[in-house]
Amino acid sequence: MSGYMYPNEITLYWSVLIVLYPYITGLVAGAFILASLERVFRVEAVKPTYRLALLTAMSFLLVAPLPLLFHLGQPLRCWEMYFTPHSTSAMAMFGYVYLWYLMAVLSFEIWLDYRREIVLRSQSSKGLLRLVYTIMSLGSSNVSERSLRIDDRVGWIVTLVGIPSAFLLHGYVGFIFGSLKANPWWSSPLTPVVFIFSAMVSGIAAVTLIYMAVTRLRREPIDMRCVDTVAMYLFYIFIIDFSLEMLDLVHRIYEADESFRSLDFLVHTRLFFSQIVLQILLGTLAPLILLFLTQIVKLPEIARKRIYVFSGCMILIGVFAMRWNVVIGGQLFSKSFLGYTTYKVGLVTHEGLLVAVGLSLLPLFFLWVLLMLLPPWSEAGDRQSAAAD
Amino acid sequence: MNGFKDAGHLFRFAGLFVVAFLVFWVVRGFVVPKTFGQYGHYRAAAIAEYAARPVKFAGHQACEACHTDIASTKAGGPHARVNCEACHGALAKHAEDPTSLTPAKPDTAVLCARCHTASAAKPKNFPQVDPAEHSGGAPCQTCHNPHSPVIGATLAAKGGAQ
Repeated sequence: MSGYMYPNEITLYWSVLIVLYPYITGLVAGAFILASLERVFRVEAVKPTYRLALLTAMSFLLVAPLPLLFHLGQPLRCWEMYFTPHSTSAMAMFGYVYLWYLMAVLSFEIWLDYRREIVLRSQSSKGLLRLVYTIMSLGSSNVSERSLRIDDRVGWIVTLVGIPSAFLLHGYVGFIFGSLKANPWWSSPLTPVVFIFSAMVSGIAAVTLIYMAVTRLRREPIDMRCVDTVAMYLFYIFIIDFSLEMLDLVHRIYEADESFRSLDFLVHTRLFFSQIVLQILLGTLAPLILLFLTQIVKLPEIARKRIYVFSGCMILIGVFAMRWNVVIGGQLFSKSFLGYTTYKVGLVTHEGLLVAVGLSLLPLFFLWVLLMLLPPWSEAGDRQSAAAD
Repeated sequence: MNGFKDAGHLFRFAGLFVVAFLVFWVVRGFVVPKTFGQYGHYRAAAIAEYAARPVKFAGHQACEACHTDIASTKAGGPHARVNCEACHGALAKHAEDPTSLTPAKPDTAVLCARCHTASAAKPKNFPQVDPAEHSGGAPCQTCHNPHSPVIGATLAAKGGAQ
C-alpha cells in the first residue's frame, strides 16, 4: 500500500474469482454468437463448429455462477436472490437473466437440435444410458419428418431470441461494472459494449481452439474452410473490439477528469504488465497482426493452423488480462486518488489460485461429459452421408 | 391436428417449465417468511425479535457508579470518551450482580493495537505506532495506564511527579 487509502479500500473485496466470472460468462456469450452464425446467418462453412459451440457455451454456463458462490461467505443464501429479488439490485436481476439463458435459450436449443439423436439413442442404448436418454427425450419418440421440421423452425427462432439474450447476459456483466458511478475505472456506458465484443472474441477463439484440439484427438482432418471462416469473423469482430477499447481509452484521455492522473499512474505502474504487456501487446496487437496476415497473405495450411492456435491462446490470455485489469485494477486505487493498494492472490485459500484453476478446468470436464453424451460430430457425418445419398 | 401431434414434444418441454415454475412458487411459499415485505424489503418480525433480545451492555454510567477511581482517572485523559465496554466487553450481567461474573482483564498488547496500529488512513494527530517496533510485543500497560495512556498524566492527576 502506498499513499492515502480510505480504511475500506486497503483490502480488495473482489478477488481473482470475480475476474473469472465475467471471463467465463464472456466465453459463453461468444460461443453462442458463433453458433448463431450458422443457424441464423446461414454461414454454412462454420457448420462443423455449430454443435461444439453450443456444448461449449453450456459447459461454461454451468460453471459461470460457481466463482460467485465460492466468493460468497454464505453461498446458500444465493437462493434468496431468486425468492425475494430486489428490483434495484442489478445482481438479483442478473440471476433471472442467467436462468432465462440457461433454460429457455441454451438447453432448449441443444435439446431441439439433438432430439433426433436422443430419441434414437434412447432406443439403441442399454442400461443407465438408456434411462438418461429416455429422460432427455421427455418420453417423446416422435422423430417424424414433420416434427423435425418443426424443431428446426423453432430452433431458428430460439437462436434468434438467443442472440439478444447472449448480448443481455454478458452486457449485463459489463453493466454491473459500468453502472458503478463511484468508480471512475468502471463507470462508463461503453463498458457493457466493450465487454460484449471482447466476450465474442474470447468465445470464438475458445471454440476454435477446442474444435482443433478435439478434431486432433479424434484423429480426424481439421476442416480448414471452417477454421478459416471462423478466423475471418474473429478478425472482424476483434477489429471492432479493439476500436471500441481504443475509443474508451481516447475518451478517457481527452476527457481527463479528476481521476485521470491517478488511473494513468496505475496503468504505468501496478497494471503495466497485465494491461500494456499482456492485454494490449500480447493479447490484442500480436493476434490482430497475425490474423491480419492470414487475411492478406496466402499462407500454407500448417502456418495458418499454428497462427490460429497461437492467436487463440493469446486472445484468451489477453481477454483474461482485460477482465483482471477491470476487476482488480478498479480496486487498486483510492477514491481520494492519492493512494494505491496491492493485491496478492492466495494459493490454497477459498478464493485462491487453486480454486480459480479448478473452476477454469471444470467447464472442460463438463464439455467432455457432454461430448460423450451428445457427440456433435455424428450429426455432421449423418448429414454428409445423407447429402451423398 | 397432425401438426399438433408432431409438436407434442414441444408441449412436454413447455410443461417442464410450468412444473419448474410451480415447484418454485410452492417452495417460495414455504421458505419466504410470512412477514417479509410487510414494511419493506425485509422480514418485519425481525424487529420484534431484536427488541426481545436481552440487553448485554450496561452502559458507562453503570460502571462509573462503582468504579469511581477509574472514572476519575479516565476523565482527564484522551480515553475519556471511550466507553468502558468498548474494551472490557458487554457486562450487563456484572453490573446486575458483580459476584456472578468477573470480567477478564484484556491483553493490552492485542487490545491497544486494534486502534493504535499505524495506518495512512488514520488522522495524523491520532496516536499510532508500529507495535512490534514500539514495544516489541510487550503489554502496553508496562508503560501506559490504559485508562489514561499519556505517560506521566496519571501521576499528575494523582498529584505525583510531573
